[in-house]
This record gives sequence, C-alpha cells and structure tokens, in this order.
Amino acid sequence: MREEPPVLLRGVSYAYGEGALRRPVLRAVDLTVGPGEIVLLTGPSGSGKTTLLTLIGALRAMQEGSAVVLGQELNGAGEARRMALRRRIGFIFQHHNLLGFLTARQNVAMALELDPALDERARLGRAGAMLEAVGLGGHADHVPAQLSGGQRQRVAVARALAGSPGLVLADEPTAALDRASGGEVVRLLRDLARSRGVPILMVTHDPRILDIADRIVAMEDGRIVEAPAGAAAD
Amino acid sequence: MNEMAAAPKLLPWAPERTGEGTAPPPYGPGGGGEAPRPGRGRRLLLPLRLAWRQLRAERARLFSALAGVMFACVLVFMQLGFRAALFESATSLLSAMRAELFLMHPLTTASFRPEPLPRARAFQTLALPEVAQAVPVYMAQVSWRNPETGARRMIQLVGFDMEAGAMRFPGLEAVAEALKRPDTVAFDIRSRPEFGDVAGLLARAGGAPLKVEAGNREVEVVGLVEIGASFGADGNMITNEVNFRRLVPQRRASNTDLVALRLVPGADPRAVQARLREILPRDVVVLTHEELVAHERRYWEEATPIGFIFGFGSAMGLIVGMVIVYQILFSDIAAHLREYATLKAMGYSDGYLARVVMGAALILAGLGFVPGAALSAALYELVGAATYLPLGMTPGRAVLVFGLIFAMCAAAGLLAVRKLRDANPADMF
Repeated sequence: MREEPPVLLRGVSYAYGEGALRRPVLRAVDLTVGPGEIVLLTGPSGSGKTTLLTLIGALRAMQEGSAVVLGQELNGAGEARRMALRRRIGFIFQHHNLLGFLTARQNVAMALELDPALDERARLGRAGAMLEAVGLGGHADHVPAQLSGGQRQRVAVARALAGSPGLVLADEPTAALDRASGGEVVRLLRDLARSRGVPILMVTHDPRILDIADRIVAMEDGRIVEAPAGAAAD
Repeated sequence: MNEMAAAPKLLPWAPERTGEGTAPPPYGPGGGGEAPRPGRGRRLLLPLRLAWRQLRAERARLFSALAGVMFACVLVFMQLGFRAALFESATSLLSAMRAELFLMHPLTTASFRPEPLPRARAFQTLALPEVAQAVPVYMAQVSWRNPETGARRMIQLVGFDMEAGAMRFPGLEAVAEALKRPDTVAFDIRSRPEFGDVAGLLARAGGAPLKVEAGNREVEVVGLVEIGASFGADGNMITNEVNFRRLVPQRRASNTDLVALRLVPGADPRAVQARLREILPRDVVVLTHEELVAHERRYWEEATPIGFIFGFGSAMGLIVGMVIVYQILFSDIAAHLREYATLKAMGYSDGYLARVVMGAALILAGLGFVPGAALSAALYELVGAATYLPLGMTPGRAVLVFGLIFAMCAAAGLLAVRKLRDANPADMF
C-alpha cells in the first residue's frame, strides 16, 4: 500500500504570465518524497520552491509534467479533485493563520469538521488530545491572542496533523519565530510526523533546523540542484 | 516553553499506544477522488455556527451591523405603516357604509370628487324583489368657517336619509332625530383641528344651539359623529337629504352621487349585482361593498404618488440597510482573508465559505429584526396618538417586513461573497 511514494514529480514545469511576459519558475523538476521521509527544500528567493509547494499542495493547477500526490495525479485534476486531495494534506504556513475568534481547541477541530464520520464530541476530543500532544493541553480554551508566537504555531501544527494527513507541507514555519521556539516547533512536528509515519516536505531558509531533515533538496532558478555537501541527514 | 519538553513523551498518537504503527491514517475523508457528501444539517449548521462565532467575537462590529438592520427595519415598518394608515383613512367614509351593493357613475374616480348619476336609477333598482331599500347618498365639498377664528376651509358634506340605516358611524343614532330639523349638521369629531374645537364649543354651549357658517348658510351643529379625516377630506359633516340641498343649492335634485342598496335578508349580492347590470343603463356601475372600497383605494394607490412615495421610502431604507450589512460582512472577510484562505487550503470549499457569509447575513437579519419590530410597534403607538392615523402592527406586515429584511441581508451577503475570491490559498505560501 505504501509502496508508491507519497510525492512523485516528473518533469514538472510552471510559468507565470502570458506571451511576452511569460516567466518560467519551474523547469522540468523531478522530485520524490518517500513514505515517512522528511525533506527540506532550500534555495534562494525566486528559485521556485514556493510554487512547487503550492503545486504539490493542489493549491494551483498544473501546467506541464506529472505530479502524483498521495496516489492522485494532479495534472488535469479539477478543483473538486484538488479540494478532496487538500483534505488529506496538512498545511503549516509561515504565519499561524488561526481563526482569532476560535479557541485553540476549536481551531484544531476545524480540521475535522469536513469529516462526516465525526460528531462534535469526537472532534473536540481529538482536537484536545492533539493539543496535549503538542504540549498545549492546558491552553485548549485560550484564543490565539492569549498565546505566544511559538504556542500559536504549535496549535497550527496540531491543526495540520489533527486530520491524520498523508502528507504535511510546511512553508517556513519558523520564519516568524525566535530561535528557541522555532526549533521546538519543527522538532515537535518532526517527532509527531515520524511517530505516525507522515512524510513532511518543508520549505525553509532557516539553517538552524536543517538537522531535522532526512534529506535536503536545494533549488536554484527553477531546477533541483545537488544537495549541498555536508547537509546529509542522519 | 517548558510544557514543550515533555510533549513528545506523551504522544497520544504514538504507534505503541494506538497500535496504528505506521499504517496510513485510519480516518480522514475519502480515499481518493470525490469528497464524501456531508449531511444537510452539518452543511448548514456548521457554517452557521462559524458565522455566529465570528460575529460574536467583535461586539462593536456586531452592534453596528444590528443597528443598521434595525434602522432599515424601523424605516420600512414606518413607511408601510403610514401607507396602510393613509389608505385606510382614505376609505374610512366608504367603509362605514352598511349596504350590500352600490351604484356609482362609471367616471367617478374618488368619492370626494363624485360624478353625479341620475337619482332615478336608485328607484329603478327597486324593480328587483331582492332590493329592500335604495338610499341616495350626496357628497360635496362645501366651505366651513371656523367658529373660533372665522377662517374658511373646505369640508366634506355627506347627505343621506337618516332613517334608512345605510350608514353606521359611532354617534349617528344620537343625532339622527335632531338632523331631521332644517339646517342642522353633525360634525365629525375626528376632523382636523383647523376646523375649530367644535366639540369643546358644543360642550360649553350646554344645550344652547351652536350656530356655524357652512356653504354660505347658517347651520346648527346638533351633535358629533366619528368618521375620520382622509386625503380627500380634511373633515366631514353629515346631514339629511333636504339639508344637503339647502347647503348645496346649485346641485340638481334629480342627481345623486352614490346609491346604497340594502337587500332583503338572504339575497345573494352577486346574483343581484349581475341582474342589476342587465337591467340598468350604462350610466351606472354596480359594485359590492368590497369593490367600492377597493375602487377608492386603487385611486389613491395608482392615481396619486402616495403609494410610490412610501414604496420608494421603503426601498431607500432597504438599500441603506443593505449597504451597512454589506460593509460589515465585507470588512469581516477582508480582515480574515488569510484565515479563509487557510480554510480553503485545508479543503473547505468556496461553497462552504459562502454559506458562512450568508449565515452571518441571515443571523444579522434575524437579530436585527426582533428589536426593530419591537421599536416599530412602540413608534406606531406614539405616532398614531400624535397624528390620529390608524397605525398599528399587523402580523401580515411583520411577515412582509421580515421577508424584506431577510432579502436585504441575503443580497448584502451575495455581494460580500464575491470578496471571498480574494482568499486564494496559493498566495499564502
């Protein structure tokens, strides 16, 4: 069942704009993320990392190439199929993007409201357990404004994992955090994902967190370049 | 951060606890293609709950939105209330008539400006055995001199045979006998105050005859009746046929303005109406009581700008309310674009988020309507007492206004939903 890799990209190209303004950002990218693998995507600004992440996350329609994510071919997939796929992916953004008018528990439960198999009690129960797992059991009824930056991002981690995703996509989750809390958040994410066998694809510029990766992929000018020497994972 | 350190050891999801191992997630919607269809209840209730939580979080914004809805609500209630009250008062004289059928000249547009019809038609109807009585009613605008100030003003004079019982106003029976005397009238106590405090003068006269000038003639006010002022007539007074002719000598005795037909008990007005239409010439139309009132009402609705003015006022209120609600919903979306985009990234559909916005609009409609309706009912009391207009809350109007406010908020919601397009999760990374 888990033979095929969660993410399998072959010859993915993407360009913004039309005609003379056409600006390619991805050129024939091949990338594989294996089951349970934690892959960090690095590279300078404008190298296409973020576009790649939005394509894998089914947030953007494909143009060229083949991308099979969690068994779903994305080239030619319509909005409904992409929406269904997004429900099986956990997203963590640069900012926590929590709903300010909901408590931490309700925010996490939002990830479960799309699952018709769960009732309100089951949702809140699982959300509470997930908050325990990120060490915020005592803050479940706080709204985001009452939490610190690191705590909010941990709620976002809990939300991303609450729906039992088959893949976690993270975009510079430590960018808005100080060194200590940033490191805690990504290590927590790594531990939780690893214990559940969920692969992670994370875009980051942050050299302090490179050690969590199984593999580091560097991008430049829309292409995957060789992994930087000495950055191999443990 | 100290609670962090212990966290990994407490994993409730740890494989050794749940026995899941590294198996794929046991829950989570769908295995691939289509998303499962949620039930109708959760499709509507969960977005509604989210909308309510969002509205509740910002009290100031919620209250300004509710104030906007209330404002629209009160405005529409007042406009529709005035409209109904004015139409009702315009037909109060005709509504007070107690007869099954009426004869009217086909060119009469409104009762205050009647075209005369041959009085002989009244007696011709008696050819039918079902017609028990035919009562000619005379109407004219005559001048009235305010007994206190001497100022002149036109008043509606209604003349008819007091004994026929074709009219029923409060107070009529008490004055019917006195009105048989020459040059006597009964004054409508609900006439506008510009006609003078006739009731007060009558009380102070203490039985002595109260002489006033009407239609260039000295007449005696023998009592008071209650009819009500209208658009067409600022005031009313009633008298008998003969006195009417004395006050309006230029009118030909062979003409009348309206004929009230009373039928024998058990007669079918519709059948008699059809029969009368066959036998009477084309210079009269035969109307039932409802048709007569509706004819008068239609004149005020269609031939005057009154209906349009109040309809326009209502529309303005609804537009202002819609703009306020739209502003609130729009700024709510604009302030939460990032969060909405995150929800889309999590797999929430555009339709779900649209239902959240529409849910917020409908919550505002409901929460704004209740105090708005209560305030309107209080204002009806207040304004009705000040203007003598028959203002009051009716269930039908409450339902209508609720429908309008609901539609107003829904329209504002539909406009605001367009803003959701800006919540694009691809722009989030």
